[in-house]
Amino acid sequence: MKIVIIGNGIAGTNAARFIRKNSDHEILMISSESEYPYSRTALMYVYMGHMKWEHTKLYEDNFWQKNRISILKDRVIKIEPDHKKIYVQSGNEIRYDKLILATGSKSNFFGWPGQDLNGVQGLYHLQDLESMESRTVDGIQRAVIVGGGLIGIEMAEMFHSRKIPVSFLVREHSFWSNILPAEESEMINRHIRIQGIDLRLGEELKEIKGENKVECVIAKSEQIIDCQFVGITVGVSPNIEFVKNSEIETAIGILVNNYLETNVVDVYAIGDCAELRTPNAGRRNIEAIWYTGRIMGQTVASTICGNKKTYDPGIWFNSAKFFDIEYQVYGYVPTKDEKTESLYWEHKNGLHSIRLVYNKETEKILGFNLMGVRYRHEVCEKWIKDETKLEKVIENLSLANFDPEFFNEYESEICHMYNQRFNKILQLKKTRNLDSALQFLNS
Amino acid sequence: MSLESLSISSHHETSQLNKIEKLSLVLVGLGIFLQLLFWTGSLQENPSLILYSSLGIIAIGSVIYSHNKYNHSSLGIKNNGVWHNSMSNRGTWAWVMGIILTAFYVVLYWFPQYLGHSESGNNLGIVKLFDPLSIALKGKPASQWFVYGTLYTFIILLLGIKFIYKYRHNRYQIIRTISIIFFQTVIAFLLPEILISLNLPFNDFKNIWPLNYYFFYSWHIDEMLSNGTFGLFILFWGIASVVIFTPVLTYFYGKRWYCSWVCGCGGLAETAGDPYRQLSDKSTKAWKIERWMIHSVLVFVVIMTAMVLYTRFTGKAELLFLNSYKLSQWYGFFIGAAFSGVIGVGFYPLMGSRVWCRFGCPMAAVLGIFQRKKSKFRITTNGGQCISCGNCSTYCEMGIDVKAYAQRGQDIVRASCVGCGICSAVCPRGVLRLENGSVDLDTRADKTRTIIN
Repeated sequence: MKIVIIGNGIAGTNAARFIRKNSDHEILMISSESEYPYSRTALMYVYMGHMKWEHTKLYEDNFWQKNRISILKDRVIKIEPDHKKIYVQSGNEIRYDKLILATGSKSNFFGWPGQDLNGVQGLYHLQDLESMESRTVDGIQRAVIVGGGLIGIEMAEMFHSRKIPVSFLVREHSFWSNILPAEESEMINRHIRIQGIDLRLGEELKEIKGENKVECVIAKSEQIIDCQFVGITVGVSPNIEFVKNSEIETAIGILVNNYLETNVVDVYAIGDCAELRTPNAGRRNIEAIWYTGRIMGQTVASTICGNKKTYDPGIWFNSAKFFDIEYQVYGYVPTKDEKTESLYWEHKNGLHSIRLVYNKETEKILGFNLMGVRYRHEVCEKWIKDETKLEKVIENLSLANFDPEFFNEYESEICHMYNQRFNKILQLKKTRNLDSALQFLNS
Repeated sequence: MSLESLSISSHHETSQLNKIEKLSLVLVGLGIFLQLLFWTGSLQENPSLILYSSLGIIAIGSVIYSHNKYNHSSLGIKNNGVWHNSMSNRGTWAWVMGIILTAFYVVLYWFPQYLGHSESGNNLGIVKLFDPLSIALKGKPASQWFVYGTLYTFIILLLGIKFIYKYRHNRYQIIRTISIIFFQTVIAFLLPEILISLNLPFNDFKNIWPLNYYFFYSWHIDEMLSNGTFGLFILFWGIASVVIFTPVLTYFYGKRWYCSWVCGCGGLAETAGDPYRQLSDKSTKAWKIERWMIHSVLVFVVIMTAMVLYTRFTGKAELLFLNSYKLSQWYGFFIGAAFSGVIGVGFYPLMGSRVWCRFGCPMAAVLGIFQRKKSKFRITTNGGQCISCGNCSTYCEMGIDVKAYAQRGQDIVRASCVGCGICSAVCPRGVLRLENGSVDLDTRADKTRTIIN
């Protein structure tokens, strides 16, 4: 059986890897972006000089041959599911028995005047990094970034690393406030400003001006900002142009059921480009994040190899880094929800915080939101899955601490805070250590 | 430019120096220049004035530089521009530096006369410059080894301070670096000099066989046996270090207790070598070469030591086709000097800071075997949080492809890991933690704990 995978991001790559692990099928992975799969999330570090692009490759080059996974650098231009064929730009047609679409995303552009000028771009593909490099390599006076999401702040950090002044236009009235609770969002506002970034909250792009090249942007507030580069980071959407004129059903993304099957037999879609018809409760139809792509790749591999599996992303988790502040989230952390309550502790230096979210009525733990503190994924997940009571979590909170040795432990402060607020006398059990965590996980 | 070869060239230096940094580097340069003048004989008078003022100027310049470079920036990872800088990306400056360092080691080991060393004690050049300090410490003029030891310690001290500034947000790194500085300055440098001044045998108490390959040499055993209780203590301590301290401490903490907390070679690598840690080769091929080489050196030192002891007890030098004198001579030349010194440090700017520790050090080989087979130490992976970015592997000085483990949710148990903790520090997603645990002692390496695998 021949399996063709279009796209070599984390979803496609993981699908290939697990198909090989489970079977002897012929595998071909096609990408027009790069010959070898690499970590998209690491592009920023290449620009910042922390790594070379080679360092971001997911596996050594000989991995693919060793695992009999063929790779082809080409662009797929057409799919013919009736004949089980695809056509690539170089002119060849390729037959398949099963087809996996893992084409990822593309940057959103909302039709602003001037968005086609030289110097305006998003950041998603390797090619975006290349053009960002060539456009700024000789230094520029200022860059404007539009859109306060994860890619926006990464771009700000990239420019900051090269001492290029940045104006950062964020539509929300606080950074990433549609995801982060108010206190954490405010912490990041402060942190961005401390770096010297010109953060403009509640501000949007109206127009970009220039002859051929960007010269300035005009914001909604009519303020004019001179700049030589405009980063558009207002989200991404599924990269499915060439799928749209086939019989494969699409909406915003490629529609799939919970087995990640499209409406066409033997065609699957995974990762950023897939749109679930019926996502799990509390989850979105399209989740363009690394971890879900990875899990989807593994799930579809299992299904294709005969062990049909429904896609289950499990309990929500994610992470990011905002300049020097690491962020981790496990479970349900709403910006606002009347049914929940949270216990929030913040270090007086404003660089660390811990939030425990629980159900107001049942007092069961729902989620963890961490800034500048590392917590163990599996421990937090188990507490959430087991619907553990908040008090029990607090007493055992050190089990979750994953900060390096000798780092301050803040769990006793949280325990103290809880005791004061609710007039309790909870005692923190033990301090962080691996053995206790492993015993807990195995219990 | 093809996509696969996308590498960003060095025509934009991101680390532009500010005025204070420039001034402080001028001070360092001035201090070095003074010492060079003395070395070449342009200056010959007043060695103590020149010595202490030059060391002072270098120290002041270096500390100001470190303070100014890191103390005003925010708390976090400082790897901006590492691969844009010719000194740290194997560019021209790295080659210049590599050649200078290599040349220095060649002169030090085989042509000490060019440093001004004289057996009669009438030193010239740079050795003469260090006479005042040597006389102050032990009442004897300096040798080329005293010069080397002093500079070595001085560099670990100053660049250790720089490292502490760089990682001032990370208490593991701070404490570890203080430990390195302590063991080098007090245990490796000052204590042995004081012992000599007390007419006791020179001894570095943390230099353990087989790194200290001459421990069982006949002259060394004689020296220990002829120095009464103290000599016997050194003998006992040296043997206990091999048979008790090494396995027990490695069982509890992994080889890091030695390699990145105590050892002098490790100390230099972690401080002076830090700007070059990213240059280590991460390929599986390099890993294979590493295992062959380091274990060959271990076999070499074991056979050589056994032969030396055989000769001591039987009086015979020959056994089968081996000759104990030849063997120890070869070991001293090829491993003791050429490998650990010339290649080990000389190639810092080209092959990374741990070439010797990774490919050559027999002590690291022994510690590695314990670490791999029976130790509570491992680096754990935090569930499914890895994004495969590659920072951990890139900044692993031992060339471990940490990411390969982390991205499939496997804990890292590798013989070569020295537990420096930098992978954990540079990870942008909080995925890695150095830990000691006994619950799963024998399944540390093979168990994939995570949600994904």
